Amino acid sequence: MKELSVNHLLGIKYINKNDIDLIFETADQFKEVINRPIKKVPSLRDITIANIFFENSTRTKLSFELAQKRLSADVISFSAAQSSVKKGETLIDTVNNILSMKVDMVVMRHSNPGAAHFLSRNVKASIVNAGDGAHEHPTQALLDSFSIRERLGEVTGKKVVIVGDVLHSRVALSNIFALQMQGAEIMVCGPKTLIPRYITNLGVKYEPNLRKALEWCDVANMLRVQNERLDVNYFPSTREYAQQYGVDKALLDSLNKEIVIMHPGPINRGVEITSDVADSQQSVILDQVENGVAIRMAVIYLLASKIK
Amino acid sequence: MNKKNRTLKFDFFYSLNFTSKIQNKYSISSHKIVLLQPNNTSIMSSKILLTSKEVDIILHRLACQLIEKHNDFSNTVLIGIQPRGKFLAERIASILKNNYGIAAVELGFLDITFFRDDFRRSDKPLEANKTQINFLVEDKNVIFIDDVLYTGRSIRAALTAIQSFGRPQEIELLVLIDRRFSRHLPIQPDYLGRQVDAFNNEKVKVQWKDVDAAIDEVYLISNPS
Repeated sequence: MKELSVNHLLGIKYINKNDIDLIFETADQFKEVINRPIKKVPSLRDITIANIFFENSTRTKLSFELAQKRLSADVISFSAAQSSVKKGETLIDTVNNILSMKVDMVVMRHSNPGAAHFLSRNVKASIVNAGDGAHEHPTQALLDSFSIRERLGEVTGKKVVIVGDVLHSRVALSNIFALQMQGAEIMVCGPKTLIPRYITNLGVKYEPNLRKALEWCDVANMLRVQNERLDVNYFPSTREYAQQYGVDKALLDSLNKEIVIMHPGPINRGVEITSDVADSQQSVILDQVENGVAIRMAVIYLLASKIK
Repeated sequence: MNKKNRTLKFDFFYSLNFTSKIQNKYSISSHKIVLLQPNNTSIMSSKILLTSKEVDIILHRLACQLIEKHNDFSNTVLIGIQPRGKFLAERIASILKNNYGIAAVELGFLDITFFRDDFRRSDKPLEANKTQINFLVEDKNVIFIDDVLYTGRSIRAALTAIQSFGRPQEIELLVLIDRRFSRHLPIQPDYLGRQVDAFNNEKVKVQWKDVDAAIDEVYLISNPS
């Protein structure tokens, strides 16, 4: 009988290969559940989960909420915009107030790296990190690997290139940890200004030329240009970025093999990838969204089973 | 086993309970008999309940009983309860096909893990198995198939789980072994192989040919680890 080695999902860094395998095996079953005529199971009917989003999110929040509802958990959701955080309440106070309403698990997104980790040490609840600043976004990395596994059969030995704003991306860091754990080769590609200086110390390759990177890889994960985080000009213009690092159909067709295109969303159509690439057969973007619900159901189910 | 070292230890669960006549009548089934070794570790012993030949005869009888009621299985589906009911369901389906010429019987496997009522209550984490039902059960006659019927809780969970696939016309239960007097819920089999009286600390293990071992066999194991 298997269970997770952790009580919180704070990042991929804190879990191991067995945990990832268990999450994937469980997610396989949940993927079958969410394709049934009735997509709901009663497992978590005595669990209450709070989704606390201090940063804007549509997809992740919807995906988590849907996952929790499909498991029959009671859900309360709140965004920082409407909260007392604006009135000066501290993070621990906010969360402890919510926990006194008898909440068992907290899913949190916060703009500060380490916020989830800090919370897990200070409050009594299972914490799921739904993104902390530019640090980690574990469920996204898990669903990305799950989608690669689904499309290509396995992750081990596959070559994955992460293209774009690696500097500001929590998706990139979690993906690097998750893919390395499963034995994939990783390359990052993007303008030098958007690549962390010592990224190669993590054991990943760096390639500034997009065409060379795409010719090397099996899977290309196209990160979004996060305009809201770009406080100074990291590249001359969006148009120039699109010319250098945008993928279009002509570029894809000129490669000598068929690669898988991924994107964590939301897409800036015409910047990272053009519309015809996003909607092509090679893109797994919508599968990623579907798998996101299954992965989050698995994570929440497995963590909830450890709440005694 | 050295006879001198055997100690019989009786645990009278219901011996002081005179309120229920039924409980007194069957109180013998609640006595725990534990064989102890000098170093106080329990001995595991097993006894054969059904031999390979008996299993074969029973499987053919169960198949015939199904045909008696369901004719050509045009509106009937077989659902094996995961994990162990799968093997029995496959065997019944293959007997129906190879020995009685009923090839078109629909067969599915239902995992009940997410519908169980002991989530976070059991000591062992629950592990999910594959559900494989590629048809709707709307207005169908459903036959649940499991190897051992014990407390009835798995079947309770299966009754809830199957609702996700539609509203069946009727649900029946087929089991190979019925551990009677140990039910927690009012659930009884419609087709059964053999009734068994076993203590609560004993385990009935059904072993399948080509899956677990060379031959089909049913064991009673006392003090399972």
